[in-house]
Amino acid sequence: MSTIGYENWAVDLADVGAIYPFQGFELPMVIAGVVFWLGWHITQARRETKHMEEVMKMGDPEKIAKMLERY
Amino acid sequence: MDGNLNALTTIFTEFYYWVTVVFMFLIHVGFCMYEVGASRRKNHMHTLMKNVMIIPLVTVSFFFFGWWIYWAFPNFFPGMGGIDWAAGKANLPTSPNMATNLEDRITGVFWAAFLLFSWTAASIVSGSVIERIRSSALWVHAVLIGSVWWIIDAAWGWHWDGWMVKVLGYHDAYASGVIHAIAGGYALGLLFVLGPRIGKFAKDGTPRDIPPHNPWMVTIGLFLIYTGFWGFYAACNVPLISPEVIDGQITGTTWTATNIYLGPTSLGAITFNFLLSLSGGLMATYIVSKGDAFWTFSGGLAGIIGASAGNDLYHPMQALLIGAIVPVIAYKLHYWVEKKFKIDDAVGAVAVHGYAGFLGVAIAGFVLWGVPSSPYEGYAAINPLGQFIGAIIMFFVLGFCPAYVVARIQAAYGTLRIPPEIELQGLDFAEHHAYEDAVAEITAANHKHLTAKS
Repeated sequence: MSTIGYENWAVDLADVGAIYPFQGFELPMVIAGVVFWLGWHITQARRETKHMEEVMKMGDPEKIAKMLERY
Repeated sequence: MDGNLNALTTIFTEFYYWVTVVFMFLIHVGFCMYEVGASRRKNHMHTLMKNVMIIPLVTVSFFFFGWWIYWAFPNFFPGMGGIDWAAGKANLPTSPNMATNLEDRITGVFWAAFLLFSWTAASIVSGSVIERIRSSALWVHAVLIGSVWWIIDAAWGWHWDGWMVKVLGYHDAYASGVIHAIAGGYALGLLFVLGPRIGKFAKDGTPRDIPPHNPWMVTIGLFLIYTGFWGFYAACNVPLISPEVIDGQITGTTWTATNIYLGPTSLGAITFNFLLSLSGGLMATYIVSKGDAFWTFSGGLAGIIGASAGNDLYHPMQALLIGAIVPVIAYKLHYWVEKKFKIDDAVGAVAVHGYAGFLGVAIAGFVLWGVPSSPYEGYAAINPLGQFIGAIIMFFVLGFCPAYVVARIQAAYGTLRIPPEIELQGLDFAEHHAYEDAVAEITAANHKHLTAKS
C-alpha cells in the first residue's frame, strides 16, 4: 500500500501524472482547506470584537473626553 | 562534457545551484537582522559579530572536513558498511575536484549549497543563546553543528545512499529533520546548560518577557529568511536528470527534477507547497498567539518547516493543514518547556525549528506511508516508525546530546557564559565607552578648530 499509488519507481515517467497522496480525495481535502480558511475569518473577527471591547473599557473616561476636545 | 546537450545540462545545473546559493545568503542576512532586532541595545555589536563570524568559521571547517564527511559517512553506522574512503577522497580539500577544474563544474556549487545549509544550522543555534553566551563558546558549537553533526545526519538521512534511507525508509525532502530538528535539538541541549538571562524568571519561576528592541528589524529579518528559504527549497532538488544517470528502477527516457534521494518531483510542486504551508503557519499562529507579530511570522516559518519533509509530494491542501497544525503544537510546547524547565530561548528557535522539524518528519511517515523512499531497489518504503526513529536521531542523538556534553565541558572550564557583571552592563559596554570617547574627542577638536578660526 502506498498513499501516492506507486510502491516503487520502476515506471516510465512519461506515463506518470499526479503523485500526491490520497488521490481521489481532492474534494474533501479542498473542503477541509476552505473550512480552515473561513473558520479563520470567523475566529479572527470574533477575537477582534472581544479585544476591542476590552480595550474600550481600559480607557479613562475623562482622558477620552479630553482627547475629543483636542480634535 | 562530451556533446552539447551534456554541456547544456551541466552548465544549467551549475548555474541553478549558484543561484540558490545567492538566494540562501539572504537567510543569513535575515538571521543577523533578527538576532540584532531581538537583542537589547547594549548587546547589539556582540550579537551581530557572533552570528557574522559563523560564516568564515563554518566555511573553512566545511571545506577542510565537512564535505568529506557527507561523502564518506552515508553508511558509517554499526552494521552498515563503514566509511566510504573512495567517495570521501574525491571530496577532500586536497582533491582536484575541490578547486578550479574544467572536468568538474558541479562540486563547487553543490558544496556551496550544502555550506549555506551549514550556516543556517549554526545560525539557528546562535539566535537562541543571545545576550549571555561567550562568542568563543558559540563559535565552537557553530563549527560542531555546521561542519560535523548536521553533515553526519545529512550523510545518513539526506543522501541517496544513506543507511537511514535504505533501512528506515527515511524521507525528509526539504530538511524538516536534517536541518531544523537537529539545530533545534542542539539549541535545547546548549540552553539546558547555559541557563536563562538574568531576570528572565521571577522568584516563583514565572517567565518574564524580554521584548525585542526593534520589532521591525525582527520582521524584515524573518521575511528575508522566508526569501532565502525559496533558494533553500530549490537547492534541495536536482534540477534535471535522466533515468540512465539515476541508474535506478525508473524506466524510459523522460528527464525529471528530483529530490535529494533522486525520487521524482518538480519545482511547480514545491512552489505550491511552500506557499500553502507558509500560509497555514501564518494563519494558525496568528490565532493561537492572539495576533502576536513575533509568533505569527515565526509561525509562518514553522509552517514551512513542518511540511518540508514531504513537500516534494504533498497536495497543497495537505501542506496547508500540516503547516497550520505543526506551529500550534510547537507554540504550546515552547511555553510548556519554558515554564517547566526554565529554558530561555530568546528567539523561539527550539520551537520553530526543533519541535516543528521533529513533528514534520513524524507526520510525513503517516501521510506518505508506503511511498518509495528511493528509486533504487531494496530500500525500505516511507513509514511512520522509520520517520519517528529518524526524528529521534535528528533531534536527540545528533542534536541535543552532543550540545549538552560539549556545553557541560565548557561550563566546567568556565568558558561557556559571560560573567554576570558584563551581562548586566551589556556586552557592548567597552565599545560604547570607546564610541562616546571618540565622539567627545572629535567634537572637542572641531570646537577648537572653530575657535582658532574666529
